[in-house]
Formats: sequence, structure tokens, C-alpha cells
Amino acid sequence: MSGFTLTGARVVDPAGGRDEVANVSIDGEIVVAVGGQVQGTRVDADGLVLAPGLVDLHVHLREPGREDAETVESGTAAAAAGGFTAVCPMANTDPVCDHAGVVEQVSRLAREAGHCDVYPIGAITRGLRGEELAEMGAMVAHGVRCFSDDGMPVRSAQVMRRALEYARTWDAIICNHAEEATLTGAGGTDGAQMNEGELSSLLGLAGWPHEAEEVMVARDLILARGRGARLHVPHVSTAGAVDLIRDAKARGARVTAEAAPHHFTLVDELVATYDPVYKVNPPLRTKEDVEAVRCGLADGTIDAIATDHAPHPPEQKEQEWAHAPCGMLGLETALAVTLTELVDAQPRVLTLSKALGALSTNPARSRDIGGHGGPIQPGAPANLVLFDPSQRWTVDARALHSRSRNTPFAGTQLRGRVISTLLRGRFTFRDGVLA
Amino acid sequence: MIPHLLSMQDLSADQITAILDTAETLKEIALRPIKKVPTLRGRTVCNLFFEDSTRTRISFELAAKRLSADVINFSAKGSSVSKGEGLKDTALTLQAMGVDAIVVRHAASGAPQQLTRWVDAKVLNAGDGWHQHPTQGLLDLFTIRERLGHIDGLRAAVVGDVFHSRVARSVVQGLLTMGAEVTIVGPPTLLPPRVDTWGTAVSHDLDAVLPKTDVLYLLRVQQERMGEQFFPSSREYARIWGVDRDRLARLPEGAVVMHPGPMNRGVEVTADAADAPNSMIQLQVTNGIAVRMSCLYLMLGGEDGRAADVGGRGSNSERVEA
Repeated sequence: MSGFTLTGARVVDPAGGRDEVANVSIDGEIVVAVGGQVQGTRVDADGLVLAPGLVDLHVHLREPGREDAETVESGTAAAAAGGFTAVCPMANTDPVCDHAGVVEQVSRLAREAGHCDVYPIGAITRGLRGEELAEMGAMVAHGVRCFSDDGMPVRSAQVMRRALEYARTWDAIICNHAEEATLTGAGGTDGAQMNEGELSSLLGLAGWPHEAEEVMVARDLILARGRGARLHVPHVSTAGAVDLIRDAKARGARVTAEAAPHHFTLVDELVATYDPVYKVNPPLRTKEDVEAVRCGLADGTIDAIATDHAPHPPEQKEQEWAHAPCGMLGLETALAVTLTELVDAQPRVLTLSKALGALSTNPARSRDIGGHGGPIQPGAPANLVLFDPSQRWTVDARALHSRSRNTPFAGTQLRGRVISTLLRGRFTFRDGVLA
Repeated sequence: MIPHLLSMQDLSADQITAILDTAETLKEIALRPIKKVPTLRGRTVCNLFFEDSTRTRISFELAAKRLSADVINFSAKGSSVSKGEGLKDTALTLQAMGVDAIVVRHAASGAPQQLTRWVDAKVLNAGDGWHQHPTQGLLDLFTIRERLGHIDGLRAAVVGDVFHSRVARSVVQGLLTMGAEVTIVGPPTLLPPRVDTWGTAVSHDLDAVLPKTDVLYLLRVQQERMGEQFFPSSREYARIWGVDRDRLARLPEGAVVMHPGPMNRGVEVTADAADAPNSMIQLQVTNGIAVRMSCLYLMLGGEDGRAADVGGRGSNSERVEA
């Protein structure tokens, strides 16, 4: 055979229920054997973990429109370096991804770059204006499974209800940015700047109250209920929102949810530095909220860890807090932050297998992304990540593959480092270097 | 002793006392025919104002000039800021020019703190967003101490739009640090979030609070808040939380009335209440200069031993510059 065999790795495959040291043989684009003898070239993976390639439901690749912050090429390179084999870029580009043309453009740029698979998210409404529905059918024809006006909540309950109903045509997913905008101000300089609470009170920054998230999540859950519609709640950040989703799931709602690494690790106290690297929407919340998000991940209320990777160039972030844009990088730190903060936590929040499930299997399934997220079995596409679970490293913002540097984890020591990433049997990232 | 003056929260009671004591000495300079001492000769103070302010800028400018510092005024209008130069580049420019202190006023909370990351100069916050206005708080404490003899144990009521007030944050923290009891009074919509963590009492009933108040501190009501539905109308505000002669009469003997200015006469305070004998409003303005001199002196003086003597009462007339 002409392929190769990864030997000696601990294979952790949440989809296949496997967690054992085994050889994995790959020929061409597919896995041909698990647990067999060495076939083809031997690639030593002793001491490493082999898992399904990671899947990110929520990234911003900024192209078209803000190529100074990120491009499809640089963003997917960051994804490959972070162990991802599939990412879903949000529609808030310029022009907005509200028609097939932008879907096609982003998909083509991703294919040309070849770092990972890209599944564009289409806009719910034209221009993200929350008024007229975008032509979903044309975008579905180009592979879109999920629609979102991310960053811009769909304010009108009527438009949201119609979107949920209309998307049923293709059993597509509606993901609404959960922010009741009348409670957070108009956005921008005059709008909410940080979590509302004791700290916003002291720092003199306009508050983003947890109610604004919960009111919107509650509204959307009610609108989706009984319609057979599929709702996805992005970046869950408050304890109340976790409770609402837990209750809805218990009643059988077709709802999935994601949480961002910064929302299960960082708290609003960091805003006291007035360093806009900590400015994000929804904002960093309190310890109690962080704890609730962790519980939501542990009990399955929150299905997926999604980064909300949001690059901004330094000149945008190094401004007055109120003027700086919201957003943080995430692709190249998500795995290590998850291992360090959830798997190593005392008491443990997630087992390694569950953590990898939240980073690969669950997001792939929740968005109908075939061929990703495992199982790692003969015949399956070889979309895999190999990481060293024991390697400790310190995040250096300048060493990231993203065009931007706005990581809140700069200088933080993390556990677990991506060694290699394989996309359909081909290394996209190999031994710590972009392939 | 103070690396930067960003927030009243950073100051201990001892530090505040030192600033007020020094201000007391410096206030005397204003009584001299030549209102100037050479203490900060050769030092450069930049007034960096990104937001309009007449009284605070002039007060800082006079304070610096009375200490013989060189003063440059850099206002956002008519400068490179209006050409799109950002806070950081402006800071780096001033850094390259070697200014010793930057007095900064900015509409964005936290901008002074951000400046400290980019410059070696001492940064004095002259008001940032809703956050802090520490020299206003200090001049208020100075005025209270001057008039009532002490701050410890006094009962203060801070009335009005505490939510959007940088003055309130500085004054309340300063009063608490110095041992006063503080009651925040106003409609619930104008109270800051989690006001329960501020260490004050809270009341919505001004008339009940007045008889137990030694210092009545009125905040400016910003008209634009009405449009945002924090309260229905300025008439209703004036009726429930505004101070007129009748309400002044409910204060105990010896109580004082303060306001950071500029006033909305007829809203939070009527004209005759503002001009009543126990109104400290003009004295606050006067004291602002001495307190700002004190801050500049304590932050910039003292190094290389040349500013140890601030020119106490009549002791150094030979050092007074012509």
C-alpha cells in the first residue's frame, strides 16, 4: 500500500466511543484501518493523542471586506494550526454573505487555500438589516446549512418567526445573535461596553445586562417551539441562558448551543485594565456565569465549543475602550484552553473524550457536516488532529497564523499543543509547521 | 507618592489628607499680589482635552502656571486628533516631546488609564466618561473640610444622576474613604448598577433625607437623559428631586450645598437655592485651583529635591518670580 500509518497514538474518538492506543492507517483520503499492523510508511505518534479534526461552528474570516484583519487564507491557516479541519464563517462580511455569490467566493478562496474545509453561514436577512429574508434557497444550493445575522440580532419577532419557518424547507438551522438590542443600546460607542454589574458600575462603562441575552434566547426558544424549526444559540454567556436552553431541551426542543472558550474561562474583572483585547460581544461575564457555562458543557446543555474567532488589527484594538471593536481570536488556542481549563480543572468539567466531542463530533453533527467529527473508522475521510497532551506552551500573539493579534490569552501558559492536522489524508499542518 | 492620578479609588485616607494639607498651604499663594512660585519651573504640563471643558481646563492651567510649569494646551479640535490621529499616537507624540505630566479629559471611560501604558509622563485624569473625576472629588473634600472642619462622621447626600456621573463616583468614594456616611438619592433609573456594593445608603425620598444631611451634593441632570426615558420630564424631576428654598430649609443648621457645575438652574437646583448663603458652589471653583496645584506639586515636585519647599506662608518671597 502507498499510504501511511500513525503509530502509538492514543486514539480518542468520541463518535466511535474509542479511547485506546491504536495504529491508524490512511491511504489516499481515507482511513483504511484502526488498530491494525503498520501499513505503508510509519509515522511515529507515540505519546500523542489522535482525534477527529476539530470543527468550529462560529468564526469570522473577514473576507471579503476586511482583509486587513484576516483573509480566508490566513484564517483557515490559523484553523489548521489549531487542529481544525472544518470551520463555519459568519455572514457579516462586506459585502454581506446574503446571496450565493459570496458563498461561492468564500468557498472558492477556501478551496484554493486548502487549509481546511469551510462551510459558510448565510445571512438570515438581506444586509443583516433584520427586515427582508435573504434568498436562503440559493445559498442552500451552494451548501449552506445555517443562517445567521451574527453580530446583529434579528430584532423583529415576526421576521425571526418567518425565518425559522422558511428554513424548514431544507431543515436548515437558524442561529440568532442573542441580544435584545433595546437593552444594550444602539451598539457602537454609545452602546453597551461590558457586562452590567458591580464592575461596570465602578468603571463607568455602559452595561450589557444578562437579561438582554436571556430575553432574546427565551423569545427565540418560544418562537421555535412547536414549529419543528432548528434553532442554534451562539456564544452562550449567562447562567440564565444556560438554564433556558436546558429547560427547552428537556421539553424536546430542536435547539443546539455553543459556548466560546473565553466565556468559560475569563471574567469581567479583566475589563478593569481597560485593555480592549478583553472587549467582546457578548461580554466577559461573572464567575457565576463562567461556572454555569461550564456546567452547561458538562451536562450537554451546551453542545459545542465554538471560538467566535474575531480578528481585528492592532490599530483597531489599541483605541479607547468605547471605540474599539468587539472580538477575540480563538482558533489557535481553543484546544489548549479547553484542555487546560476544563479537562484539567479540579473537579474535572469534561473528560478528554467529552472535550473532544464538544470540539469536533457535536458541532459536526449539529450542523449536518458529514465526514468531520469522526468516527475514526475504515472508510471514513481522514480528517484528524494529532496533539501532544503534555506539552506546555505560552501563547505568543505574534507567533499566531492569524493576521491579527487580539488574543486574550497572550502570555498565558496552556497545556496541549497541536502537532499535526490532516484534511482528507493530507497534512495541512505538520510537526508544528503549516504544510 | 502618587504615580498617576486616575481614580479616587486608588487614594488612601492618608494620601487624600496629604493632598488637602498641601492644598491648604498652596491656597495662600492666591492671596499674594504675585500669584506664582517657582516650584515646577522647567517642568512641562500638557492639558490634553478630547472633550470640551472650560472650567476644568482653565483651573488646571492656572494651577500649573502658578507653580511656574510650562503649559501647553492640546485640544481635540484644531489638532491632529481631528485628522484621525488616535489616542495612542497622540500619546506617543507627547512622549517624544518629553512632557512631564499629561492632564487628560476624555469622553471615553478608561482613556487616562490607557495612556499610562504608552507614556512615561505622569497622567492626571481630568474626567473620563462616566468613570472618574478625581480632582473634582478632591476639591469637594477640601471645601467640605475647610468649611465644616472635618469630613469624618459627616452625613452626605449625593442627589441625582449618579449612574452617568464621573463626579459622583469620585465624590462618593472620597467621602467614604474619609469616613463620611453617604446616602445616594434619586430615581432608581439613575442609580448605577449594583449600587448595593458601593457602601452607601440609598433613598428615593429626598425630603426624608434632608433633615439628616450635613452635605447636600447635587449632580447635574443631563437633559439628554430625558429622551432615553430615565425620567419622564425635567418638571417632574425638579418636583421630586430638585432643590429649592423650601427644601433647603429642611436641612439642619450649618449644612452646606454643593454642585460640581455647570448647573441647570430650575432643574436640580433653583436659582435662589444655588445662591443661598450655605451654597459652596463658588468656593468649590476657587478651591479647584489650589487642589490641582497640590496634585501637580505632589506628583511632579519633590524629585531632585528642588521642589521640597512649596513656599509656605510668606517664608520665601525671594523665590517668587516677577
